[in-house]
Amino acid sequence: MGFKKNLLLFAVVIFVFCLPIVVESSYYMSIFIVIGLYAIVAQGLGLLMGWAGQVSFGQAAFYGLGAYTAAILATRCQWPPLLCVFVAPLLPSVIAFIIGRPILKLRQHYLVLATLGFGIFVFVMLKDLGALTGGPSGLTGIPYLNIGSIIFMTDHQYFYLVWCALGLTLFCMANLTRSPIGRVFKAIHSSERAAEAVGIDTASLKLQAFVLSAFLAGLAGALYAFWVTFISPSPFGFTTSVEFALMVVVGGLGTLWGPVLGAAIIVGLTEFLRWAVPVALPHAGGEFEIIFFGIIFVLIMLFRPKGLLSIEKSSMAVNNPATLRSTDA
Amino acid sequence: MLEIKELTKSFGGLIAVNRVSLKAREGGILALIGPNGAGKTTIFNLITGVSQPDEGAIFFQGRRINRLLPFQIAALGISRTFQNLELFTNLTVVENVMVGAYRKSRAGFWKSVFRRPGATKEDRLLYQEALGLLDQLGLTLYADEPAGNLPFGQQRLLEIARALAARPKILLLDEPAAGLNPNESRELAVFLRGLVNQGYSLILVEHDMETVMSLADEVVVMNFGTVIASGEPGEVQQNTEVIAAYLGEEEEEAC
Repeated sequence: MGFKKNLLLFAVVIFVFCLPIVVESSYYMSIFIVIGLYAIVAQGLGLLMGWAGQVSFGQAAFYGLGAYTAAILATRCQWPPLLCVFVAPLLPSVIAFIIGRPILKLRQHYLVLATLGFGIFVFVMLKDLGALTGGPSGLTGIPYLNIGSIIFMTDHQYFYLVWCALGLTLFCMANLTRSPIGRVFKAIHSSERAAEAVGIDTASLKLQAFVLSAFLAGLAGALYAFWVTFISPSPFGFTTSVEFALMVVVGGLGTLWGPVLGAAIIVGLTEFLRWAVPVALPHAGGEFEIIFFGIIFVLIMLFRPKGLLSIEKSSMAVNNPATLRSTDA
Repeated sequence: MLEIKELTKSFGGLIAVNRVSLKAREGGILALIGPNGAGKTTIFNLITGVSQPDEGAIFFQGRRINRLLPFQIAALGISRTFQNLELFTNLTVVENVMVGAYRKSRAGFWKSVFRRPGATKEDRLLYQEALGLLDQLGLTLYADEPAGNLPFGQQRLLEIARALAARPKILLLDEPAAGLNPNESRELAVFLRGLVNQGYSLILVEHDMETVMSLADEVVVMNFGTVIASGEPGEVQQNTEVIAAYLGEEEEEAC
């Protein structure tokens, strides 16, 4: 079982490593970069939704805050890009920490509305704080990212950077969700009252998950800024937040690879429909893409309501302590 | 050890608990009995911070606790079980107990992000301790079963195991013997007496008179939110008001 899993993981790593060698088109490479970036955001949101049981429709705001912080530090303060990538996610993290306490007290649709409001607030700020953010026309002249003498200019190079970051994110997420903390999150999911009754500070754990999700969104945002080298507010709006949530749900709540699969499906499907719909229906407008998009998601939710990667038993097997027995001695 | 003074709590127009005072002694078993709706579970909810009293105060080891949050109260050493079972049904039996012991562990959120999981010494120790507790309650056989698959009575025992894993000083048990057969009830009584010998203090809400009378050092009888009698089991049993309250209940049930 463990061997099979390792083999599969190894195959995935080899596949990802070979992808830029086999794929020549810069267009396809850019799609894989977007998938990688979105998967990082979705990992954080997956922790929040699938493990901490909280919903956020403001994740694009953290993504945007990371991108803008990185861009401003690199252009106006002339900080080295690599440093910006590490520092920029701290701003969304701190903001998440500050707004998290009051916001996470809300439940269900109230929480949805609060995070949604936060997302819209940030979006408006990005557009209206022209002196700092460049307003609706955005910020230009963001330098390329470099590590030492290696400059990440082409999409093929950048692909490796983004997917390494995603790999690291997956590693951390696997650690966390399979640790005793992962078990505690599942317990909170099942009965918050009982978790509190054995002395678990559930509010603090949820807050920490929220902060980590904001950090990861910020990291992806910073990487995005140095990739496109030009940013404007439009990719950080409400629709992007909805897409992030969709990725997590479609991939499967509480699974490690679900958010990655979800990101691949959403990004891949968007691009596919953009190509396929005009071919099939030459006179159809852009709105037809959205209709097909909608139909496909309704179908997924009908037949796999818990997401594509959900297996009924999997949640039990993840950190079953029976595996500890062999090492008891 | 635990003292309640003049506690009042009403829900809307209904006074669930009306100026109730009681005292649980260290190393003793206090039983809280009374007909359904007498306010026993409400008292538990007030002690554990699930709901806030309108008036009155609760002291634990001399410290006022009725402004603290539920997890803070639990961290002081007050554990409870729930009348309407609140097990972590998505976890296995042994995992339920391990989560119960979590607050004593040093696994922090950010540390866990960077550390390989599984084979840490602490987790293994936690697991061994959990198995030990399951053994004491006769649940070893079910250790790796999903908690929701247990028979009703065993789920109650698992609630006790989980509460004990948090290493409380005082344990509040809400109808622990419900769903157990007479044999199992007697075994439970022996186990609870053993806990007291180990230094735990217990408060228990119970309907099963045999368990209460054989186990409790002190009995408090409630009806309609007020204390109508208290004292040693033998004394209380002969109290006319208590007998009336219980007969009254039976009449209602007959209708």
